[in-house]
Amino acid sequence: MDTLLSQLFAGLSLGSVLLLAALGLALTFGQMGVINMAHGEFMMAGAYTAFVIQGLLGDPGASLLVSLPLGFLVGGALGLLLEATLIHRMYRRPLDTLLVTWGVALVLQQVARDVFGAPNVDVAAPGWLSGAVTVGGLALPKTRLFILALAVVCVVALALVLRATPLGRRIRAVVQHRDLAEASGISSRATDRLTFFIGSGLAGVAGVALTLLGSVGPTLGTSYIVDAFLVVVAGGIGQVKGTVIAATALGLLQAFFEYSTTASVAKVLVFVVIVAFLQVRPQGLVSVRTRSLA
Amino acid sequence: MSTPTTSVAGRLSALTRPGRARALAGFGLAAVLLFAVAPVLLSPFRLGLLGKFLCLAMVAVGIGLAWGRGGLLTLGQGVYFGLGAYLMAMHLKLADAGPGGVPDFMMLYGTGEVPGWWEPLRSPAVALALVVLVPAALAALLGWAVFTRRVRGAYFAILSQALAAAFAILLIGQQQTTGGTNGLNGFRSFFGYDLADPVNQRMLYLIAAGVLLVMVLVARQLMTSRFGEVLVAVRDQEDRVRFLGYDPAAIKTAAYVVAAVMAAVGGALFVPIVGIISPADVGVVPSIGFLVGVAIGGRATLLGPVLGSIAVSWAQTSMSEQFPSGWIYLQGALFILVVAFLPGGLASLLATWRRRRPVREDEPDAPATPDGATAPDAADLLPEGSRA
Repeated sequence: MDTLLSQLFAGLSLGSVLLLAALGLALTFGQMGVINMAHGEFMMAGAYTAFVIQGLLGDPGASLLVSLPLGFLVGGALGLLLEATLIHRMYRRPLDTLLVTWGVALVLQQVARDVFGAPNVDVAAPGWLSGAVTVGGLALPKTRLFILALAVVCVVALALVLRATPLGRRIRAVVQHRDLAEASGISSRATDRLTFFIGSGLAGVAGVALTLLGSVGPTLGTSYIVDAFLVVVAGGIGQVKGTVIAATALGLLQAFFEYSTTASVAKVLVFVVIVAFLQVRPQGLVSVRTRSLA
Repeated sequence: MSTPTTSVAGRLSALTRPGRARALAGFGLAAVLLFAVAPVLLSPFRLGLLGKFLCLAMVAVGIGLAWGRGGLLTLGQGVYFGLGAYLMAMHLKLADAGPGGVPDFMMLYGTGEVPGWWEPLRSPAVALALVVLVPAALAALLGWAVFTRRVRGAYFAILSQALAAAFAILLIGQQQTTGGTNGLNGFRSFFGYDLADPVNQRMLYLIAAGVLLVMVLVARQLMTSRFGEVLVAVRDQEDRVRFLGYDPAAIKTAAYVVAAVMAAVGGALFVPIVGIISPADVGVVPSIGFLVGVAIGGRATLLGPVLGSIAVSWAQTSMSEQFPSGWIYLQGALFILVVAFLPGGLASLLATWRRRRPVREDEPDAPATPDGATAPDAADLLPEGSRA
């Protein structure tokens, strides 16, 4: 029973990390159809932001709280720059966008290597996140709980923005029918930029959160980007709900497969499950009905 | 260059019908260069490097077919390259160990016993058959599963990339039987021939050159056949092709399987020529790396992928020795510039140049200049290749 519970927590925790990484993608890939392979490097930029801030402020607690919003801004600014220079030219060529942003990712990784050095750096976790909370004989690390909570906060905030603000209304309108939205006086150009800013900013936040789990290196992003995209593909595009369910499910699957086999076999099994799942639902878990031929 | 998709596609396919005479001439020239000129001019070391580039170019031929002609953005060709390479490497390891022997690395990491699934590879015939059959079967299975459910475009790209990630992780995780991060290396002989002997090394290079030429012929045959025409139609208007009564899933799967087999054969020849195969050659990053040369050369052309791939490999080898970080910046920049602003690759510059030539005799080379001086070697190579 204990092992079951601890695997359950490990899965939820992994799911929350995946969710943080995939949430921004759900917005940029899911809502806008842009495949941004540099998303992982925006996470890396967020993580290095936390490293720099800690170097400046010293106190781990204060620097974490400063880094979270600042990581959002750094990720968002990078995203805005990328959208304005390259991506907006390529909305009609999604597959080529993938390759172009991969080139951007290569360059950003090398920039990080040249600026911060190839070896990984460490960001200290604040004192109030050290140790674990014991629930019914089960030790739950506080950092993991913090990331779980952060993922929930980000999902709720994103859902609120999309549902209850004028900006969210504009984003949904542009996604559902770009031309009609423009005819109604919405600037789809400005909306695209803002959507991309928020999506990339979420990557920055995810990067800051990842510093609590391990050290920070130039290839931090590449280790998460593939899984994050799988989450969005399995969850279906267009709605945050699908991403949340898919991230949790994949996290749990990975944890349970890992427990019963090994970490590397678990990866392969998760991939097989996703391909099998797409046999049943090719559009992913939740999909917005459109009249396009599927 | 914000050209809409249709005109990009139009330009891509306009490049792809070279005349038969030009094709023969170009092919003959390539054969002379590979078989007669290169072995004489290049030192054994450089010839070995060229052999390695030719193996990587085999992967590019397949990608040109699947991606350039079929629109299947496959980010996981490293898997098929790796399967071919590992199967060959396993056979060479077993052959080196002698009948009933155990490969050296298994003594080191493993139980000192050869696992059951390695045993069939002792036979050279079985090994050669598996090099082709295993990748073909995996590609057919995945392609069929994905394409019949009409999972396409970005979804397919992401799945193929995830496959590459899973494959590399699996190889690293199974150190006792796959050599883990170190991969398989230290081969002494190739089907009975001593790999240290320069004569045999030259023979391997000639085999690679011959296989690559055959692959280019096969690709040309496929591209000009009915199948090739329908494949391009599927890329451009899949639904219309379906309404006409074709099965796009079968056509796409076939192209994907051909690309997989070409990658696997490239991998199988890569092993004896280079002497090592490791997860670093097959994962997510090298899998996308295969696409750089294809995109630069001209994805939908016959020889663009081959020449682009060889040029990129050559540039990578010569640059990364001196400026390792400079190469990564250049690779990223090439990816960005070529894909964003020149989707037809350098071959499309050439086509523009050729179209304009009769009109403006006085300034023939103005449009043919590539963006900056980023890949002069590729630009130099293209005129000769484009005759094919």
